[in-house]
Amino acid sequence: MMNNTLNDNIHSHVAHHEDDGKASFGFWLYIMSDCILFGMIFAVYGVLHTETFGGPSGREIFNMPYVLVETFILLISSFTYGLAMLDVHAYKKNRAMIWLLVTFLLGLSFVILEVNEFVHLVNEGNGWQRSAFLASFFTLVGTHGLHVTVGLVWMINLMAQVIKYGLTVTTIKKLSCLSLFWHFLDIVWIFVFTTVYLMGVM
Amino acid sequence: MMHQSETRTNGHGSLTSYIIGFILSILFTVAAYAAVVYHLFDNHAVVVSFIVGLAILQLLVQLIFFLHLTSSSGPNWNLQSFIFTVIIVGILVGGNIWIMISLGYNMTM
Repeated sequence: MMNNTLNDNIHSHVAHHEDDGKASFGFWLYIMSDCILFGMIFAVYGVLHTETFGGPSGREIFNMPYVLVETFILLISSFTYGLAMLDVHAYKKNRAMIWLLVTFLLGLSFVILEVNEFVHLVNEGNGWQRSAFLASFFTLVGTHGLHVTVGLVWMINLMAQVIKYGLTVTTIKKLSCLSLFWHFLDIVWIFVFTTVYLMGVM
Repeated sequence: MMHQSETRTNGHGSLTSYIIGFILSILFTVAAYAAVVYHLFDNHAVVVSFIVGLAILQLLVQLIFFLHLTSSSGPNWNLQSFIFTVIIVGILVGGNIWIMISLGYNMTM
């Protein structure tokens, strides 16, 4: 004779996997369209990054150790979101919430560091109006930063929903979508780090 | 527990996969950073190929170990739509840069 918790576990396990993955696949298709968007912004940066118009080039304005720290922060946050999802799928709600909180704080640190970088550039007179290089830089890095910020707002929302409703089929579905989004943002950053910052200081 | 042993086959991943992915990503990031910032190579073209190669490797690592985008689990629509997107982005980005370079060449000579 099965006790109730075993029954509930099996039921929610089945219910969890009966979500036929439509929401995730649909969201993945959105991510694919976002790839095209970022691809185009990269293309514009590729064309314009040499047009410094008498203003500074990347070498003069990029602080590499600072950027490396940003890169590690975002990478670690992608890892911690993975850890959160492992706990989500094991229905360990409290552990999952802790990892989500850690991910959020890391993401927030990334955004703060980036905003700080932007504010410094603008205050030095190297804002997006200074040259085509800077315009395309702010557009590319800024669009990525905006995506991260939206992800953070979404994350807080989902954490509140998990507190209120627990790990249900619905909240797990949403957390899976955010997981795709968050990992995708770190992947885009790999290319920002490489083509903008590393190639910029060579 | 039954649930844990199934995680590999339903696209959720395991702790091992995240740890491997994380460590590899750190290594690739540090290698690319060191190659540029500490001038590990003399030849410009070598450094560029190196860091671009590392970026693509890290992309693959994160796709496989964080996003679980593998060729297993039947007709994989996630993988197919990703490949399609890569082709489209390749045409768009490559085409744009080709056009702009040609324009620059043809209009300034």
